[in-house]
Amino acid sequence: MRSGELYSSTRRDVLIRGANLVAAGALLGPLGSLARAADAKPIKVGFLYSASRDDYGFNQSFAVAAKRIAKMPGVSVEEQERVPETAQCERVMESMIQVDGCKGIVATSFGYWPFVLKLAAKYPDVLFIHGGALWKDGDPKNAIGYRGYMEEPHYLCGIAAGRMTKTGKLGFIGSKPLYFIFNNCNGFVLGARSVRPDATCRVVITGDWDNPVKEAQAVNALADQGVDVIIADVDGPKVSIETAERRGIYSCGYHTDLSALAPKGFLTGAEWNWAKAGDFIHAWQTGGKYPNLLRGGFKDGMVAISPFGKAVPENVRQEVLKAQQGFVDDTLKLYKGPLKDNEGKQVLAAGQTVSNTDNDYKVNVKWLVEGAIGETGLK
Amino acid sequence: MPSSSDSAVDQQPLTKLPAAPWSRQLSLASAPAYAAALESACLSIGALVVALVLFGIFVAVGGHDPLAVYGALYLGAFGTRFSIEGALTQASPIILTALCTAVPARVGLLVIGGEGALVLGGLCAVLCATASAGAPGWIGALVALLGGTCAGAAWIGAVGALKQWRGVNETISSLLLNYIAIALFNHLISGPIRDFSQTLKATSWPVPPAFGIGSIPGWSVHWGLVIGIGLCIVLFVVLRYTTLGFSMDILGGNRRAAQVAGLPIGRLLIVACLIGGGAAGLAGAIEVLAVHGAASESLIVGFGYTGILVAFLARQNPLAVIPVALLVGGISASGGLLQRRFDMPDATTQVLEGLIFICVLASSAFAGRIRWLAR
Repeated sequence: MRSGELYSSTRRDVLIRGANLVAAGALLGPLGSLARAADAKPIKVGFLYSASRDDYGFNQSFAVAAKRIAKMPGVSVEEQERVPETAQCERVMESMIQVDGCKGIVATSFGYWPFVLKLAAKYPDVLFIHGGALWKDGDPKNAIGYRGYMEEPHYLCGIAAGRMTKTGKLGFIGSKPLYFIFNNCNGFVLGARSVRPDATCRVVITGDWDNPVKEAQAVNALADQGVDVIIADVDGPKVSIETAERRGIYSCGYHTDLSALAPKGFLTGAEWNWAKAGDFIHAWQTGGKYPNLLRGGFKDGMVAISPFGKAVPENVRQEVLKAQQGFVDDTLKLYKGPLKDNEGKQVLAAGQTVSNTDNDYKVNVKWLVEGAIGETGLK
Repeated sequence: MPSSSDSAVDQQPLTKLPAAPWSRQLSLASAPAYAAALESACLSIGALVVALVLFGIFVAVGGHDPLAVYGALYLGAFGTRFSIEGALTQASPIILTALCTAVPARVGLLVIGGEGALVLGGLCAVLCATASAGAPGWIGALVALLGGTCAGAAWIGAVGALKQWRGVNETISSLLLNYIAIALFNHLISGPIRDFSQTLKATSWPVPPAFGIGSIPGWSVHWGLVIGIGLCIVLFVVLRYTTLGFSMDILGGNRRAAQVAGLPIGRLLIVACLIGGGAAGLAGAIEVLAVHGAASESLIVGFGYTGILVAFLARQNPLAVIPVALLVGGISASGGLLQRRFDMPDATTQVLEGLIFICVLASSAFAGRIRWLAR
């Protein structure tokens, strides 16, 4: 990953040559952008992952971003995987800073946050980026939390699932009983019911971030009940998607592009776009401004959907892409009334809508929408 | 090599010796213990060198420069002050869990239950700390440490008792007890004593912060390291210079001889197990009080199993456990650097540890066969 440094030095050469040109009074226009890129001080960024980088899941979605960030001028990247969310990750981050001279740390896993806060206070000259929007006022200014609104791509997956299902029964496998899992599930169900109002979705919460055995059992049990599209919101949905493919049912991906795992039954998937961290790193290099807390959906380019599988016909693709444009234009709202939860209680009255960026509302979602069969596991 | 016909020199008093090779001085002291110690040290170091060479071949086959990898290993383990602190922190629990194998080995038992004893020690430390909430900091910490020690001692003590009275193989029983301990631990921290405010992973009630064990001033290494080293020294003295230690060595060397000599075999076996288990339980309690502040799955990271490796590499000598644990702690601490610098898999350092273990086991075949050492 040293190519970044190399690239940066050539950029600097270009700049010097460019400066001569300025003296000659030529090419003033293009130089502005060149100078900005070359202002960037070389920076080494350390990525740490809680599991394997090629896990077909959360970690891989970050590794994909790391590869893109490594191509930025002046940026070189270092990676360490299987770093537990314990005091061990603090040691790893400090080692990256002290032994390797990293000035940027991307702590990908949710559970790294308390350690990030501790180290951000200790090393004010290092930028800490965390894949979870947990930053609060009063937290160190050199720490950034960012996270995409995953419920939006889940809504799109739901549309594809709703159009493709024959039985009208969908399956959602969730890891932890946490608000973003509920939001994702709600997005999936709402998307499906927007095109197929009688669709239902069976919800299984495994209780573990990563438990392939339980996940495979869940997929099998769902398939036995007649479910013909599944989505698995777990750390590594590989096993779920492969099991679905074996059972001959459709699947949607989560985290990163998983189309290769199910050539027959893959529809599309909800993906992160963590490469947004590149903007923060560039700002840190050049002394520019960066947000401490960034959440966003399609409008901010924080999320994406996977390439469609070959099972998805053209009209469904167009319908999904149209809804995506709806999120970009902010004409499509995820939560809008009248809306009931799956216990029959009214959540939103007719005419009431929740802004797609109303995070305070979303973090307090502790219910599943009508059509979801199952419990949050919170009671 | 001096030949055996040097006996005239041999009989001279030590103080009058002319400049002689240091190895001869030791053997001339006519204390077989020193010769044996020297031999086992040479074998261990030899095994280490062979393992490093094999590891170099492994690395080269993978397409990396072995010397650069050795360099990174050194840098990550001991190259900077930060690395040394990392190695020391890693070594601290391993020193104690190594005693869980090393001490029972002195009476001829192969106990591999350090992991279970450590886990239960951590669990019991949380319970004791919770029970004594409100007490002054040092009393609470002491109660928690003692609680952890007792839990570990009882757990491995049971292994000794099963061996003595029921004839159960101690290796198998201690191994299986690890699984029971971990299951018990997981059950308690995910239900009865769970702190439900921690949603990310199952974590027990927190230990009152006043009971925490702090760092050695000027270092980011906690006092648990000093406790571990202290215990190693005490056990070395006890095993070496007391009748208890002597009896244990006789029992470990030859059970029939110990019986003939009228030694209390059952008691010796169980005492050795209690000491070993207590050390591992103490390791768990220290990890909870000094590092995690609560019992969670962060405690189950294989310190107990690494301790077995350390005990064997140290040839069951409590004093030798200290440098060996530092070495192994350093190797583990440098794993991340190998990953980052060479893009090697994180299991690379485990390959090295495995190679060391195999070489050490194989090297015992040479014990007593190196003539010039055994003279």
